[in-house]
Amino acid sequence: MTDEVARLDGNAAAGPLGRFFAFEATNLRVTCASCGAETVLGRLHLYRGSRAMILRCIRCGEVNLRLLEVGPSLRLDLRGAALLALGPEPATAAGAFALEE
Amino acid sequence: MVNSPARLNWQVVTATLFRQETARVRSITFQATAWGGHMAGQHVDIRLTADNGYQAQRSYSIASPAGRGPHVELTVERVSSGEVSEFLTEELRAGDTIELRGPIGGYFTWNPSISSPLMLIAGGSGVVPLMSMLRTRNRADNKVPAKLLYSSRSADDIIYRDELDRMAANRDGFDLVHTLTRGAPTGWKGQTRRVDRDMLAQCGFQATEEPQIFVCGPTSFVETVADQLVSLGHGESAIKTERFGPTGDKR
Amino acid sequence: MQVTRGFKGKQGDSKATTDRVPPGQYVTQDFPVLTSGPTQRTPLASWSLVLQDGGQLLARWNWAEFEALPQTERTFDIHCVTKWTKFDTRWRGVTFDALLRATGLTSTPRMYVMAHCDGGYTTNLPVVDLMEGKAMVVTHFDGLPLPAEHGGPARLLVPHLYFWKSAKWVRRLVFMETNAPGFWESLGYHIYGDPWREERYSGD
Repeated sequence: MTDEVARLDGNAAAGPLGRFFAFEATNLRVTCASCGAETVLGRLHLYRGSRAMILRCIRCGEVNLRLLEVGPSLRLDLRGAALLALGPEPATAAGAFALEE
Repeated sequence: MVNSPARLNWQVVTATLFRQETARVRSITFQATAWGGHMAGQHVDIRLTADNGYQAQRSYSIASPAGRGPHVELTVERVSSGEVSEFLTEELRAGDTIELRGPIGGYFTWNPSISSPLMLIAGGSGVVPLMSMLRTRNRADNKVPAKLLYSSRSADDIIYRDELDRMAANRDGFDLVHTLTRGAPTGWKGQTRRVDRDMLAQCGFQATEEPQIFVCGPTSFVETVADQLVSLGHGESAIKTERFGPTGDKR
Repeated sequence: MQVTRGFKGKQGDSKATTDRVPPGQYVTQDFPVLTSGPTQRTPLASWSLVLQDGGQLLARWNWAEFEALPQTERTFDIHCVTKWTKFDTRWRGVTFDALLRATGLTSTPRMYVMAHCDGGYTTNLPVVDLMEGKAMVVTHFDGLPLPAEHGGPARLLVPHLYFWKSAKWVRRLVFMETNAPGFWESLGYHIYGDPWREERYSGD
């Protein structure tokens, strides 16, 4: 069986991540720390270890997130993600710097 | 959508009703007293424990329409050497209890208040979360235009066949196209090949109609179809995908 | 504990030879697999194995040179952290001791080794757990060339520890001063991983 057949996507991480975040984490937009690609978490490539999940960038394959769920404890390694974003995209750069007076 | 603690804990649920959908597929209704409701497209985690403590855990998409509990319906396909699916489709009896956690998932969900046309593409048991979406649309008398392109191996493998035919007969803006990949019975009126770019162009909404698209099934099916949709001009952000593992469940 | 009536699972009824089964493990005929990413497929023509002391190169073998080293055949039980144990797996490869001898080393420059693999996987080991026949770099499983899915062309084999330490697609063995954690260890798997003391996760 090839990996293309065996791998899952970020939807499978919704359960464990739901214990960390007070919102649906699969909607987070993740910016890859390696190549800069921005992808919705639910679309990242997911590999399962023992009580662990590895989420990889769909463009460059590097690890974006890792999580380990052992009983009541959960560890989340975000070092492979340069940025996490939720909600509507911010306005243009010009608008973003127009501070309200 | 805020996580309430209850849905992140394991709860004991009771199997009440069964319906054999096909030779290998069975739908099971569970009574879940602490069920807070779910959105179409979400899934649950199931946990089984043998008497020596051995545990197995799998995820299954919710088949029942969105809304409040206390009933949750799952549709499970028995896969060869699948210890959980074999138990759920063969051994589980009315009155038995299992552990369940959920509902889970926010990315692969359909919100009926969105007015975009709804385009659903299913490979095998990938039809389950999409059926939750169609049942939700039906129950709410929602008239958003919807299309389902459903790929099965043979006519005998089509899950929810009668119910889908009834929905299509309502003539309320829902179009149904079946395709079979391993041969069709005489008199078959649907398609007879793997989903391809031409079939998607012919049976789906045009990119200019800006549909919200959900694709679900085995990983290779989902990735091929998603690529084909992009090549037809659909935006990547409009295409939501959920991959089932090679054994058919969301493990 | 909520027992599910009628559920037995894949473990079946195997009860024999329980003294060969570490605590918390179940016996399988299948080959247990733990993945952290896609299967690596390195052509033999571009394969090499390197021994390093920090950044300093000690030895390098291409495929032909590696196959020309003294080969050993051994049979082991293997224990995966996913709770599956497989008995009597047959391997062929080169022991870590033979690699040291081929390098001309009679002792190791440091106390620890980090194994580096194609795809970026790493795992850390104390040198004492690699020597005296405890570890090999293997190229054949059950008499046949190791398939890529199981770590071929060559993987590390350290069967007395959990199988995640038997790093697939191994390419570099780098001696290091401290026991720095590798890929799984830095996420929270146990730094050592003794299946007989059930050292699966840190804090076990």
